[in-house]
Amino acid sequence: MVRDITLGQYMPGKSTIHRLDARAKILLLIAYIVFIFVAKNYMSLMLITMASLLVVLLTKVKFSMYVKSMKVILFVVVLTGILNLFYGTGNVLWEWGFIKITDGGINNAIFVTIRIATLVLISSILTFTTSPSDLTDALERLMKPLKIFHVKVHDIAMMMTIALRFIPVLLEETDKIMNAQKARGADMESGGIIKRIKALIPVLIPLFVSSFRRANDLAMAMECRCYNGGNGRTRMKQLHFGVVDLLGLLFSVIVFAGVVLCNIYFGAVVK
Amino acid sequence: MIEVKEVYFQYEGTEEEKKYALNGVNMTINDGEFVAIVGHNGSGKSTLAKHFNSIYLPSTGDVIVDGMNTEDDEHLFDIRKKVGLVLQNPDNQIVAGIVEEDVAFGCENLGIPPKEIRERVDNALKAVDMYEYRTHSPDKLSGGQKQRVAIAGIIAMEPECIVLDEPTAMLDPQGRQEVISTVQKLNKERGITIILITHYMEEAVLADRVIMMDSGKVLTEGTPREVFAQVEMLKKHRLDVPQATELCYRLKGCGYEVPDCVLNEEECAKALVKLLKRGAV
Repeated sequence: MVRDITLGQYMPGKSTIHRLDARAKILLLIAYIVFIFVAKNYMSLMLITMASLLVVLLTKVKFSMYVKSMKVILFVVVLTGILNLFYGTGNVLWEWGFIKITDGGINNAIFVTIRIATLVLISSILTFTTSPSDLTDALERLMKPLKIFHVKVHDIAMMMTIALRFIPVLLEETDKIMNAQKARGADMESGGIIKRIKALIPVLIPLFVSSFRRANDLAMAMECRCYNGGNGRTRMKQLHFGVVDLLGLLFSVIVFAGVVLCNIYFGAVVK
Repeated sequence: MIEVKEVYFQYEGTEEEKKYALNGVNMTINDGEFVAIVGHNGSGKSTLAKHFNSIYLPSTGDVIVDGMNTEDDEHLFDIRKKVGLVLQNPDNQIVAGIVEEDVAFGCENLGIPPKEIRERVDNALKAVDMYEYRTHSPDKLSGGQKQRVAIAGIIAMEPECIVLDEPTAMLDPQGRQEVISTVQKLNKERGITIILITHYMEEAVLADRVIMMDSGKVLTEGTPREVFAQVEMLKKHRLDVPQATELCYRLKGCGYEVPDCVLNEEECAKALVKLLKRGAV
C-alpha cells in the first residue's frame, strides 16, 4: 500500500515543463498558490484551474498519475468540502437541529473543493516534472541570500536530497519489519487507537536502529567520494533561465492579471 | 601503489579492550594488480579495507598510498581521489535519487567543471554497462545494478585503485556475476588496481593474487593456485577453498590420481574426464 503514493514523485520526461528552470518553477508555484487564494469568484478560479490543466497537458505525464496523487488527499478534500457546507450564510435550504445548510454554504463547499483540487494539481506538476536534485539545487540557490544570517543553506539542501532519496528505501524497510513482526505474532490490525499505536513500537525501534546504521554507511560512502560540505562544489547540471522560462513567466503573468480582473468585474461569491 | 606496514587497529570502546581488529598487518599492493583479500567474519578484512583510503587510521603502523601517509591530513583528498571504496550495501551508498546524478556526486565534490563531469559520468556509466539506466531512480534497479552504479560513482572520479568491500555479499548469483565481470573488465581494460574483499572463494580464484587473513593477520598470500594448494592449513583455520578444489582434494584423499591444485569447475571437469576415461573408477 505504502508504495502506491505518487504525491511528490518524479516522473522523468522531456516536456517543455520538464525543461523549465527549477527555480522558476518553484517561484511560479508559490505565485499560483497565492493567486488560487486571491481568486474570489468562479470565473477567476476557473481561469486559474484551466491554466493549471493546460500546464498538466504540457507535462505529458499520464493524467492517471495526477488522479492517483489526488486520491491520497481525497479525504482532506472531501472533509473540508463537507465542513464548508455547514459554514455559510444566505437562504436556508435545509435545517435539522442546529445544522443548517444554506446556498452560501453549498457555494463555499464547491468553491473550496475546486480550490484544493487545483492546489494539489499544481503542486504535483512541480514534483512530477522536477528531479529531486534539481529541486534541492534550486532551493539552495533561492535560499542563498539567507547565508547572511548564517543559515547553512547547502547543508539543508543536502539533507533534503538524502531524505528524498531514502523515503522509498525506508518505506520498503518498514514493510519488511512489519511482516517480520507479524510473522512473530504481532497484532497490528485490531484494537483501539492506543493499542494500535503501541503495536507500532516494535516496528519503529528496529527502523530507527537500521536508519542509524544506514546513516553511518552513507556518511562513509560520502567521505569516500571526497564530500566536504558545499565548499568548492560544482554541479553537473547547471540551471539556466532561458526563453522557455520567460514564456512561462509571461503566460503566468497573463493568468494572474486575468484573475485580478475577474475578481474586480464579477465580485466575490464567497466571503 | 599501497603499502601497509605493521598496522595494528583497535576499535574505540569495545568490550574486549585488549583485542585488536588488526594485529600487525603487512602487505604491498602493486600497480594494476587484481588482489583478493579473503577471510571469514571477524578476520579484519573489512577493517583493513577502510584503511586504504584513510576512513580509518591505524592505531600504530602506517598505510602509504603512492608515497602519501594516510594519517597526513593534507593529502586526505588526494588519497581518496586515488583510492575509491565501494561498500557492501548498495542502498546505503547511493546519495542522489537519479542514477546519473549519483554518479556525478564525487566529481561535483572535486569541483570539476560541469562539461567534464558530464563526459566522465557518461564514460563511467558505459564502463559498467548502465548507460541506458542513467535517468532511472536507483530504487527500481536490482542489487547488482545498484552496485554497478556505486562502482560507476567511484570510476567517474578516475581513481587508480578501487577497493571493494564485500560488494557481492548482499546480491543474488546473477548480480554477483555482473559485479565481478565488471570489476575484471575494469582491471584488464583500464588497468585500474583492484582490491576485492570477499568471502566467496570462487571470486578469489579470479584474482592475480590472493591474501588470506585470519584474526587480524595475514595468514598466507600468493597466486590462487599457491594459496589454495594448502588445503590442510586452510582447513585448520576453518577457511574454505573453492568447491572444485575441495572435491579434487577429497578424491585425492581416497587415492585417485588428480592434479595437485584444481581451481575451477572447468579444470575439475577435465580431471574427472581423465579419470573416467582411464577407467580408474
